[in-house]
Amino acid sequence: MSTRHHFEYVGTRPIRHDGVDKVTGRAAFGADFSLPGMLYGAVVRSPHAHARIVSIDTSAAEAVPGVKAIVTGRDIPKTNKKVWLGGEGALDLGDMGDNALAHEKVLYDGHAIAAVAASTLEAAREAARLVRIEYDVLEPAMTLERALAADAPILHPEMTTGGKPIPGATGPTNIAARMEIKRGDVDAGFAEADVIVEHEFRTPMVHQGYIEPHATVARVGADGRIIVWTTTQGPFLVRDACAGILHLDAANVRVVPSEIGGGFGGKIPVYLEPLAIVLSQKSGRPVKMVMDRSDVFRATGPTSGCHIVMKMGAKRDGTLVAASASMWYEAGAYKGSPYGAAAMCALACYNVPNFFVEAYDVVVNKPKVAAYRAPGSPMSTLATESLMDELARRLEMDPIELRLKNAVATGDHAPYGPKYGPIGLRQVLEAVREHPHWSAPLGPNQGRGVACGFWFNGGMNSSATVSLDSDGSATVVTGNPDIGGTRAAQAMMVSEELGIPVERVRPVVGDTDTAGYTDLSAGSRVCYATGMAVIRAAEDVREQLRLRAAKIWKIEPDQVVWEGGQARSLVAGDDKQPLSVSAIAATLAKTGGPIVGRASLNAPMAGPAFAAHICDLELDRETGCSKIVRYTAIQDAGKAVHPSYVEGQMQGGAAQGIGWALNEEYIFNAKGTMENPGFLDYRMPVASDLPMIDTVIVEVANPSHPYGVRGVGEVPIVPPLAAVANAMRSVTGIRFGQMPMSPPRVLAETTTRREEPAVAMSS
Amino acid sequence: MARVFLSNDMMSGTGGLDVVTIDAPRVHELVRELVARYPRLNLEMFDRLAVAIDGEIHNDPDYLPLKSDSEVHFVPRIAGGR
Amino acid sequence: MATDVSRIHVETTINGEPVEFLCEGHDTLLMALRDAVGLTGTKEGCSTGDCGACSVMLDGRLVPSCLVLAPEAQGRAVTTIEGIAKDGKLHPLQQQFLQHAALQCGICTPGFIVAAKALLDVNSNPTESEARYWLAGNLCRCTGYDKIIRAVLDAAAETQKVTV
Repeated sequence: MSTRHHFEYVGTRPIRHDGVDKVTGRAAFGADFSLPGMLYGAVVRSPHAHARIVSIDTSAAEAVPGVKAIVTGRDIPKTNKKVWLGGEGALDLGDMGDNALAHEKVLYDGHAIAAVAASTLEAAREAARLVRIEYDVLEPAMTLERALAADAPILHPEMTTGGKPIPGATGPTNIAARMEIKRGDVDAGFAEADVIVEHEFRTPMVHQGYIEPHATVARVGADGRIIVWTTTQGPFLVRDACAGILHLDAANVRVVPSEIGGGFGGKIPVYLEPLAIVLSQKSGRPVKMVMDRSDVFRATGPTSGCHIVMKMGAKRDGTLVAASASMWYEAGAYKGSPYGAAAMCALACYNVPNFFVEAYDVVVNKPKVAAYRAPGSPMSTLATESLMDELARRLEMDPIELRLKNAVATGDHAPYGPKYGPIGLRQVLEAVREHPHWSAPLGPNQGRGVACGFWFNGGMNSSATVSLDSDGSATVVTGNPDIGGTRAAQAMMVSEELGIPVERVRPVVGDTDTAGYTDLSAGSRVCYATGMAVIRAAEDVREQLRLRAAKIWKIEPDQVVWEGGQARSLVAGDDKQPLSVSAIAATLAKTGGPIVGRASLNAPMAGPAFAAHICDLELDRETGCSKIVRYTAIQDAGKAVHPSYVEGQMQGGAAQGIGWALNEEYIFNAKGTMENPGFLDYRMPVASDLPMIDTVIVEVANPSHPYGVRGVGEVPIVPPLAAVANAMRSVTGIRFGQMPMSPPRVLAETTTRREEPAVAMSS
Repeated sequence: MARVFLSNDMMSGTGGLDVVTIDAPRVHELVRELVARYPRLNLEMFDRLAVAIDGEIHNDPDYLPLKSDSEVHFVPRIAGGR
Repeated sequence: MATDVSRIHVETTINGEPVEFLCEGHDTLLMALRDAVGLTGTKEGCSTGDCGACSVMLDGRLVPSCLVLAPEAQGRAVTTIEGIAKDGKLHPLQQQFLQHAALQCGICTPGFIVAAKALLDVNSNPTESEARYWLAGNLCRCTGYDKIIRAVLDAAAETQKVTV
């Protein structure tokens, strides 16, 4: 399709439509919802990281005054259904159901075993404490090493390795899957290299850290119709997952998404919803369940810790000749880490003629991992971009020149196979080179790092309707929860297509009964794929307006053209005034009735995004504490519909990556209990940790979208780990492979290791 | 004739061949032709894969048309976060 | 049958209006505001005083309402997010948050606005550093704080212009 280049509304910065509600506290998030007669639910969670459930005795709990229902795994038979998310393999509902409520075994500290509904939250919690469970405690596998050892505790006795297992590996395993991608002859490639660098990297399990805990209200009617109000990135997924897990007919389940207080992928799976539904079924009352922060850390879906060993080789002139990597990603208690995406993204920025990348999906006794913003890519990019930094030092080459020399461009083959269409990596790297940050002088104890990164552009299914009112205003309805300002963007697209002001468009997030099917708000897909559906639905409205004008003027439809927000007659010698949207809208009843435009599509993943970040870090050598003193994020957005919200995605992703690099980690003790399930000790960046985060939006149009839009939400978290690690390398002379580079770790390394002479970054 | 680049998992089913050429009007027929030619491949493995046709990756490619010179890649399906 | 004598009757002022509610001795002010009084604008993020989503002002002092017991509101004045706009008119902080796009998901926004209002009440012309350190008790996971700080500094400048 041809890309539009001139816009009236797209590219401006209107106030978001839901803004006033959000700054006044009126907006209703998951826990803000209540129903008359509602009960409160509490969850009984395992204190053991790995155990067989021998017996569950709920009699004492049932006797607590106010308790109306208790549910255990006995009430929810396992399912072997799958849901096609378009995600890594299927979303396995048997696993998701067993994760929501354990059956034979508990597989991590915090794993849900039972749930209680009572008239007050206190009574529910009291009853939960009184549920007696007998465990046969097993040794947990808390690290990749333990899970892969010959005598490893096995989480799932029936597990076999999917994909491409190592030939000859037999017997019980914790390796859920293995995959490879390769090109050329990697041994011959390394033989040709003038310089080879290699390093090992380990990143910890980290959490998306959304500020709003999971919250759900479920009501099962006497007619079997179920309504679930919940904070989620995907109401249709909640519907289908709950129906599958609970053996219900999805047609009887309606899911209404609340405003969502952050998700980043962590609010894709279901946790509380199936429990609330069953409790409501059993008690005959609505049931509200809200997680506390400790539950969120212990029992939702953080992302994988991983171990990567990687090697890269280049010629003296900087041309990359070979790369090899082995990656082990923690899946948590059930299969499904982002090992595949990690492998596919590692070399996505560069043309490497010979490579071999293998990746393993390994189960461990930790919470089942969920998607976290560009899942898998930040970690494998840490490895690649750290090694590129080392290569630049060894070759005494400018880090940007080294990257430009090898950067992929339109027509190059991605490491996972297909050719790239038009992409903006070179433009992003050139923008780094030209940015004043790149050449700014550094102060004492400061170091600078740069890194680039890649993420796909999600496609998948979306629907949209645009309804025109008789006053010429419009409503656009989609089923995508608004996690980053997409309602504003959708209104702007309708404005652009119809020529009406943004304030006269009402963007609405529907529910599973009122909106056409849509896949999740995730995968950087809403502005791109749902946006495309919105544009087409608005085009549908425009086409109908054109036909109405023809009717009003009593001329043939092909004699009417739509121009500048108005219908114009092409009849020669005609003195008909053009008709605006409002003018035609005023006559809707007379010209054929209301106008509703609609569109639905299954968009391809096309038009990936590249970014590069520059990080200046200052180190306090006495304490090992470091501070980011300057940060610039540069990204190809294709076309920024609402630039403020694109900038917001870039800044937010950068902040998460900085936290991941400097402080965030799950700390488990030997028994497998998480020791820091709270915001005090799970240390995310606060306002005093960060400087202003400068942003540069590059626009290389994505030909798969009518405006050139590329998804922007995820790639901003991909470069920061390496950008910060490279800055740390610059100031300490030490290549940190272990994240986070927290003060105790930095202090230990800088005081015990002899410093390598720091190579000055050429600017 | 579409050039079909097989994923690594599939290569053990094709005796190590990583590129094959197949004449098929749509992905649906192409997959069945692959399974017919290489019996060690099975239809289920394609459920785990997405298909890139001339650079665009599709999760539900079954009925998508192929041009006579299409380049087809089988790639793992990808989840997204954000 | 023992009668429940543990519920406490609290008379307080919330956003300038007299309010009374019943609570348990161990209920937090956060719970009382959200459940007993029905003001759900103040949010629960952690209940351990670490995230600032529950920020309110108690007699003009910024507090995490998850760490204040509900009975402590007796006879005192509470200000919540619902009381920041006056007579239907947004406070400059609220306006600047909208202008600057200083919110994405919006869950932390009530806490930030109350905390920022408390800042401007004691320091009407904060530097960027002062604003960042004052607001270090409010977590945001979406924005990276850049636009929030810009909004607060611009609101300060705007309020300064009005008073001078």
